[in-house]
Amino acid sequence: MNSDVLIIGGGLMGSSIALQLAMRGCQCTVIEKASPGRHSSGVSAGGLRLLNRDPAEIPLSVEASKMWRDIESLLDSDCDARFPGQIRVAENKADMDKLEQRAAMVRSLGYQHEEMIAKKELYQLVPALGKGCIGALINRTDGYARPYHAVTAFRRKAESLGVKYYSSTEVYNIEKEADVWSLKTSAGIINGSILVNCAGAWANKFATLLDEPVPLTPKALMLMVTERLPHFVDPVMGAASRKLSFKQMQNGSLIIGGALVAKLDFEKEKTDINWSQLVESADTVVSFFPQLKDVRILRAWAGIEGFMPDNIPVLSQSSTDENAYHAFGFSAHGFQLSPVIGKVMSQLILDGQSELPIAPFAINRFN
Amino acid sequence: MKAHYQLLIIGGGPAGLSAAAMASAEGVSCAVLDEQPTLGGQIYRSIESIPEQRAQQLGSEYLRGKKIAEAFRNSKAEYYPNTKVWSVNKGREVGVLQDNNTRILTADQIIIASGALERPVPFPGWTLPGVMQAGAGQILYKSAGIVPDNGVVLAGSGPLLLLLAWQYLHAGVEVKALLDVTPLGNHITALPKFPRALLAHHYLTKGIAYQIDLKRAGIPMLFGVSELRAEGKELCQRVCFKHSGKQKTIESELLLTHFGVIPHIWLTQSADCKHQWDDSQQCWRPEHDEWGNTTSEGILVAGDGAGINGARSAEYAGRLAGLEVLNSLGVINQVERDSRAVKYRKWMKDDNHIRPFLEKYFQIPKELLATANNETIVCRCEEVTAGEIRQAVRDGHDNTNQVKFFTRCGMGACQGRQCSNAVAHIVADESGKTVKDMGHFRGRPPVSPLTLEQLASLKKEEI
Repeated sequence: MNSDVLIIGGGLMGSSIALQLAMRGCQCTVIEKASPGRHSSGVSAGGLRLLNRDPAEIPLSVEASKMWRDIESLLDSDCDARFPGQIRVAENKADMDKLEQRAAMVRSLGYQHEEMIAKKELYQLVPALGKGCIGALINRTDGYARPYHAVTAFRRKAESLGVKYYSSTEVYNIEKEADVWSLKTSAGIINGSILVNCAGAWANKFATLLDEPVPLTPKALMLMVTERLPHFVDPVMGAASRKLSFKQMQNGSLIIGGALVAKLDFEKEKTDINWSQLVESADTVVSFFPQLKDVRILRAWAGIEGFMPDNIPVLSQSSTDENAYHAFGFSAHGFQLSPVIGKVMSQLILDGQSELPIAPFAINRFN
Repeated sequence: MKAHYQLLIIGGGPAGLSAAAMASAEGVSCAVLDEQPTLGGQIYRSIESIPEQRAQQLGSEYLRGKKIAEAFRNSKAEYYPNTKVWSVNKGREVGVLQDNNTRILTADQIIIASGALERPVPFPGWTLPGVMQAGAGQILYKSAGIVPDNGVVLAGSGPLLLLLAWQYLHAGVEVKALLDVTPLGNHITALPKFPRALLAHHYLTKGIAYQIDLKRAGIPMLFGVSELRAEGKELCQRVCFKHSGKQKTIESELLLTHFGVIPHIWLTQSADCKHQWDDSQQCWRPEHDEWGNTTSEGILVAGDGAGINGARSAEYAGRLAGLEVLNSLGVINQVERDSRAVKYRKWMKDDNHIRPFLEKYFQIPKELLATANNETIVCRCEEVTAGEIRQAVRDGHDNTNQVKFFTRCGMGACQGRQCSNAVAHIVADESGKTVKDMGHFRGRPPVSPLTLEQLASLKKEEI
């Protein structure tokens, strides 16, 4: 079959790009080797975080933040998004200095969204927080949504505009004949004129087939979730000098993460929880919220994600073929960016450039 | 408790205890970890402490447990009751919680003898207080002598239902009715398996004797019951069902149900063992060879956790696994293993003659496994109904795990124990595929919940 645009990877990014292209009249085909949202897209912690972004990502993240506020108009679903803000607490003077420097840096770039708050306001915002914190950095517009619901909403909206999904379909090889891409897949040959690589942790396979391999490392970040608790904390909680990401979800359960890595067998796509790392997470949570010590952990899991050495993604036209594009390597913080990625990539593909700056994300930056 | 054992056995029922006695007799360092306070497993619960009169009421099969317990006590194997295993991985690291202490032990060999659990079957009203599983009723009786004092309705399918009715009868409990939901057609489809079942006739004669006793006592036994439901305001007040073409009602504040048992596979899942769908037993079970070796090296299964074969077979399977461990550890050679295994294999084979018949006879009908009643709550923790599960399938979430992601079914405090099978059946039914194709919930550790403080206390030097 023939299609204008072939997208490899049916996660958030592939689906978001397919949606925006379909909204502008393109015919898209999404090819997903498992099921849409099977890996990092569907099993992430769901954080909508503009706080503490890499400076290169801030323009995109600011726009994404606006899009999430009105996500229902884009996706016909609110993805269960909430916006109680996100904070990074300081436990000592050194932490405060670090956070103040960060806030100053963000202001110097012309953005006002990261603010320092003093101890009094911190404890007003999070009365349940244990003693000993002295202030925090906050973004009041941040929040969280339900990741698998978001993937599903992107996919269903895209499908309603004619995007065709192939699930459980693996791409074995990429060939090009007379300006037509020909993908050899487990569901047969699929042809199209433009190729977009959104294969997440598996993206280097396709970058390599395009003769532009990247230093992408697949890793599996661990999360754990507790039983439901009565509502006790609003903002998403992080810490200046400790690995912590902590939020109370819509249903009352706590999601605890913090960039801790599971043992990963990438070939078999199997992860094994590294308890010694999670000990640290549990310890950190209990030290910030001692009243949670008897809360039961129900599940721990790890999602497979692609990491770049500089922890920012590749968003780029191919350096070897003008009809190929890449959007991958979000390094475990792509969820918030997902709506804007569809926008900038569709502009890049259809208009030759995007309104927002994406030069720092070029694929050839590692050469 | 040592940090390392040659053999760790998880589960203190007939399989675990027999395996421990077998292996420790040859000097292998061995510990049995059991989450129960006393040894014997579910089948021989309280076997060492039960008053004589209650033990007699429970019957001769129960009393077999005494010998197994004695042999274990006379062995050198260490025994840790009240000890929960919250993680096992294929590297044979075992996460243990005992007296609020969290540890990770290692072992050269592991035998998982996790036993079975009652098959949870959602039907209208099953979440009402006063509706319980029959096994829970039996456990209360075995461990504390507690019986219902306002009468009980028993409903479902399978030998345990009949046994419990008989045990209650002897304990003076008013059994208002025994409602058998086994389809009458099963009597015919099971017939070809009947001749082999005769080779294990003691099971059949026992079943018939129970029925005769119940009949003599005037207990109504209704067969071919369908459309079972519990009704009531906030708690169970009556049991409604269809029998002989008519809707009937029995007033009762207690309904105990039983729909057979299925293997407890959460530990073998955690250990990355491969599982397969067993069509005859209508459940998932770990793949294993004739010794109990799973697909994870050095990890064996024995007893009902490997597939449902009952208490006697579990005892023999435990011994076979024990012999295999001795062979793997280099304590005995293959020739000795094989010659010592002969009698256990024969006993096991004899005991298993009854199984094909039982499995056919008590096959649970699809209407119960995959309820068509959309209002029925399937995941009681997250309150997800059958209708929501079917809708998710229609919306393109086309396997069990995707439906879990979307609806949150299986993500609650019971960790999917109560709904995993039902969700798989409903997803398969709605998508017109088989349960085998739909898969089961991926296992997520910890295998049993752990508090934040318990995890935080895991000692660094042990990991």
